[in-house]
Amino acid sequence: MLEIKNLTANIDNKTILNGIDLVVPDGEIHAIMGPNGSGKSTLSYVLSGREGYDVTGGTATFDGADLLDMEPEARAAAGLFLAFQYPVELPGVNNANFLRTALNAQRRARGEAELDAVAFLKLSRAEAKRLSMPDDMLKRNVNVGFSGGEKKRNEVLQMAVLRPKLAILDETDSGLDIDALKIVADGVNALRGPNFSALVITHYQRLLDYIVPDRVHVLAGGRIIRSGGPELAHQLEADGYAAIVAEAA
Amino acid sequence: MNALAPAGQLQAGAQAFLARYAANGSVQQSEAAGFFARNGLPGPREEDWRYSLLRPVTDVQFVAAPHGHSDVSAALARLPRIDAPRLIFVDGRFRADLSDLPAGIIAGVPAYGAANRPDQQKLVALNTMLAEDGVTITVPAGHDAGTLLLVSIGTGGNVSFHPNHAVTLGAGAKLTLLDLTLGDGVYLHNPVLSATIAEGATLTHLRLQQEALGAFHLSTVYADVAASGTYDSFALTLGARLARMEVHASLNGPQASAHLNAAQLLGGNQHADFTTVVQHAAPNTASRQTVKNVLSGKSRGVFQGKIEVLRIAQKTDGYQMNQALLLSPDAEMDCKPQLEIYADDVKCSHGATIGELDGDQLFYLRTRGIPEPEARAMLVRAFLTEALDPIAHEDGRAAMEAAIATWWDRQTQ
Repeated sequence: MLEIKNLTANIDNKTILNGIDLVVPDGEIHAIMGPNGSGKSTLSYVLSGREGYDVTGGTATFDGADLLDMEPEARAAAGLFLAFQYPVELPGVNNANFLRTALNAQRRARGEAELDAVAFLKLSRAEAKRLSMPDDMLKRNVNVGFSGGEKKRNEVLQMAVLRPKLAILDETDSGLDIDALKIVADGVNALRGPNFSALVITHYQRLLDYIVPDRVHVLAGGRIIRSGGPELAHQLEADGYAAIVAEAA
Repeated sequence: MNALAPAGQLQAGAQAFLARYAANGSVQQSEAAGFFARNGLPGPREEDWRYSLLRPVTDVQFVAAPHGHSDVSAALARLPRIDAPRLIFVDGRFRADLSDLPAGIIAGVPAYGAANRPDQQKLVALNTMLAEDGVTITVPAGHDAGTLLLVSIGTGGNVSFHPNHAVTLGAGAKLTLLDLTLGDGVYLHNPVLSATIAEGATLTHLRLQQEALGAFHLSTVYADVAASGTYDSFALTLGARLARMEVHASLNGPQASAHLNAAQLLGGNQHADFTTVVQHAAPNTASRQTVKNVLSGKSRGVFQGKIEVLRIAQKTDGYQMNQALLLSPDAEMDCKPQLEIYADDVKCSHGATIGELDGDQLFYLRTRGIPEPEARAMLVRAFLTEALDPIAHEDGRAAMEAAIATWWDRQTQ
């Protein structure tokens, strides 16, 4: 379970997160929607431990552990996964090798046995197939020369192989055509279960037609100003953010 | 003993070397000594030496290696396990008791290869003047000589040694020379290797410089390549307090090619210089240089790459890329590309980049659970890929990979 209480954070002395309160119980998928500049990406980066953000107050715990006190790799080993809005290219790093190194680093950190090359190959190929990814995507350098859609699918492949307890999807739908969107949504839905939760950050309602959230939160001005069921996303789509932001002000 | 009166201007360090020259040397040695007595060691006023000052070398009073066999079993144990004949030099002297000597190889005397320029290069003059030993490798036409290990071990004690080697490949011949240098303590290793590559022949020269961190490495390689011949080299610099590898490749016939790839991985106060001169002296010749530098601590890397395209050398294809990754704010990279082109129909490109580890890439790896030190190692290794990937020789490449991993462990301790 992810529990965020009154979280505030700055970048360069400018307040971006202004008192976030949010609970994502195990097994639930929550969507965070909000206009540009509302703090959506900052929230995902603060939760995953990126440098350059000053947490000035509040707490964020994950299964009771203080998330903000952990290195990014420790958060990953604890079960947190961030699907990047702009996945990073790693020239010279083989995709399969990268994924195996990541999986085994997490297993090592959790005191589990590492996967050998054969077992890993079997696992990664099966997951790639399920995501309609060509085998050669595993052989290429990480995200190098990938189309926007391929990069996002590669994020979902990593998620499928790493099996996080909590996934944060940061605008995973941006730059996706409808076919890729469905593939990505299928990848997330396949992980749904009592031990998987997700925070789906998105600008548009479209993705939420395919990944139906349990709760929808509206983020504006660094705070959650409204929470509701999946119908809230439709209301936002119909009325726009301005109406709700004005209502909350 | 003192055969030549040193000129008034000569540096103290150069005088000490000159004092060791015995007048009963060969013609080559006496000519080289004459040149050295007039010119001494390279100094800071020379354009080719402005980034690499030899002051730390001239501060040491180097002596000749003592006779008698020192125990080098510890150094031998550090050598990569490669199943190939090996030629072992200790403090510049051939050690028959530790070596194999396949047919076509003469060891025990300086080779004085025809391509050497002791009348132009001061460090080659120094080598020639004081050379005591060396190996002459001759591979007959059409013969594939496989892999050969050429090993130099320095044992310290302020010794300087100046082996002089030559490799001659007949038409269509092939050889992979794994050139490994290592040691302990303070010493100066000043080797010269001359490679003559006949038509259609290929010399693969894989160099792993792991000299002691108190040592000095000042080497010169000449490669003369005939038509359709190839000098395919990769040099990995990890060791020495101060190192300079100078390579002069001359492409003398159509379709001749040279690969001068290198990686310099430095830490602490290390200084390493990779200087190349590629002369395209015939049409349709190609040269490739990919040089990668990974610099931590207060280390300093230097790359000077000169490509000369003579008027006759139309359709030359020259490529040069130098990249540096600075792992510390105190590290420094100096890069000097030089293109001299006298032909009008050529393709020559060069580029240089200097940067740090990418914070976004590092964060991306860490969010996947890869601990920071391992993530850094992955990115450094990825940075080296373009220089390492062309190494086709599996054992040689494995030796390079292992040496890089060991280097990285040392940096992160």
